[in-house]
Amino acid sequence: MSAVAENQPAYDGKVLDLTGKSGARAFKNTLATVLIVLAFVLAMIPLLWILFTVVSKGYHLLLSADWWSQSQRGITVRRAGGGAYHAIMGTLIMALITAVIAVPIAILGAIYLVEYGRGTRIARIVSFTIDILTGVPSIVAALFVYAVWITVFGFNRVGFAVSLSLVLLMLPVVLRSTEEMLKLVPDELREASYALGVPKWKTILKVVVPTAFGGIVTGVMLGLARVMGETAPLLILVGYSKNINLNPFNGFMGALPTMINQDRTELALPNAADRVWAAALTLILLVLVLNLLARLIARFSAIKSK
Amino acid sequence: MAKRIEVSGLNVYYGDFKAVEDVSMTIEPRSVTAFIGPSGCGKSTFLRTLNRMHEVIPGARVEGKVMLDHQDLYASGIDPVAVRRVVGMVFQRPNPFPTMSIFDNVASGLKLNGVRDRKKLTEVVEQSLKSANLWNEVKDRLDKPGAGLSGGQQQRLCIARAIAVEPEVILMDEPCSALDPISTLAIEDLIEKLKDRYTVVIVTHNMQQAARVSDQTAFFNLSATGKPGRLIEMAPTTQIFSNPSEKATEDYITGRFG
Repeated sequence: MSAVAENQPAYDGKVLDLTGKSGARAFKNTLATVLIVLAFVLAMIPLLWILFTVVSKGYHLLLSADWWSQSQRGITVRRAGGGAYHAIMGTLIMALITAVIAVPIAILGAIYLVEYGRGTRIARIVSFTIDILTGVPSIVAALFVYAVWITVFGFNRVGFAVSLSLVLLMLPVVLRSTEEMLKLVPDELREASYALGVPKWKTILKVVVPTAFGGIVTGVMLGLARVMGETAPLLILVGYSKNINLNPFNGFMGALPTMINQDRTELALPNAADRVWAAALTLILLVLVLNLLARLIARFSAIKSK
Repeated sequence: MAKRIEVSGLNVYYGDFKAVEDVSMTIEPRSVTAFIGPSGCGKSTFLRTLNRMHEVIPGARVEGKVMLDHQDLYASGIDPVAVRRVVGMVFQRPNPFPTMSIFDNVASGLKLNGVRDRKKLTEVVEQSLKSANLWNEVKDRLDKPGAGLSGGQQQRLCIARAIAVEPEVILMDEPCSALDPISTLAIEDLIEKLKDRYTVVIVTHNMQQAARVSDQTAFFNLSATGKPGRLIEMAPTTQIFSNPSEKATEDYITGRFG
């Protein structure tokens, strides 16, 4: 063997063409890069525009303590003053009730679909139903609850009814995102747990869900962000009140989207316009704070390495 | 601890597909038994039937008997969860729990089964890590995540986790195939040590490894793709590698296979 190798020349002197991109490929590369950057800029323009407009027109009302502590009680459209406390609380209360009902159902449903129901008929039916629910417009969800809550049962229009319709909107979002997160947990971890003689339910509770926890929290927050901006259920299922009402089972209730809607018709009046922008900014901030909170929770529970 | 496993007439099916056919063997306690054979010959599948892990896969089922010192693992009324408490397993790729610290990883088997006593847990964790030859490397960072260790250390962590629940038998499914030679050597030393206390069964693609660590070797083969895997020969390792009684075994271990 070695004798043969010694007789071979060290190299044959041919130069290989390793210069890389041909003209056509370089052109395609540039074209794709330009298109992608263009798409990015196009997507950013309206986003930054909205953000800039809302912040610049809405921020000054948010600087007053009244905005965070007073309601609109007794404030007519022409007058300045008052705050958004009633609407902030209304939005938070209804969102909280929605989350309390929707999140457990969504997470348990996702656990069923991923851990127990794989490939079964009932899982396919549930999955299909969730797909349909994802596409239901908020006004349809609101009218459905109106038909059940008010027409059939004869209850009044209250905040709780809004929460019920928001559950229908939040459920598919949280269920789908949780399902995806649970699917990402490698089967090796489940098997490692089974191999220690740990029962399946405990494996899910102590190994699978904790591993996916960060992603699940993110999904819940995305769902919350979606329902907090919904307007149709508020218009249909609870009247707007300028007063502070913290009882979701009695009386009309303020909420940020309906507060915006209230003054929207009087935009020619500077005080009303100011309130609209300020309420819009408040809603954006609320969602932002929730998202930051989710990030924080996700970071603390994150999968640890190093 | 350490129990004898006696398998007789075992067939394994995935749905309609027969993966392993008619395997009978005796695995001696306090010894290392190696399974060798080409990919797809059913040795891993067969290994998983020894602690009923194959049941995790939908449609998998077995016929035949697996006796653990006169107790049939497949008799009615036997809980697979209870079986896995006495027959532990180490997997091909190190799989420490990513949300847990080194300490919690080793303690997980006990903790998840309801042991709360901190003193007992601390003791078991130290003992298990020492038995897994990992204690000196991690004793100062037990609260650090298990996923931060190197691949070889992670695998020893998984072995420590498996022995922390004090099983009778430890099954290892190609435990070194994702590791470098130094880590492999560390695991092999460890296996040598483990056989003093446990019945160890190891699946390996590395014939030198089988020759180095095992007392008994079982050779599995399949006649063609799509056909079930079979046990061709089982004998003391020295005999399998020096004087196998089957032609197929000799072809395989001398590399004249297929």
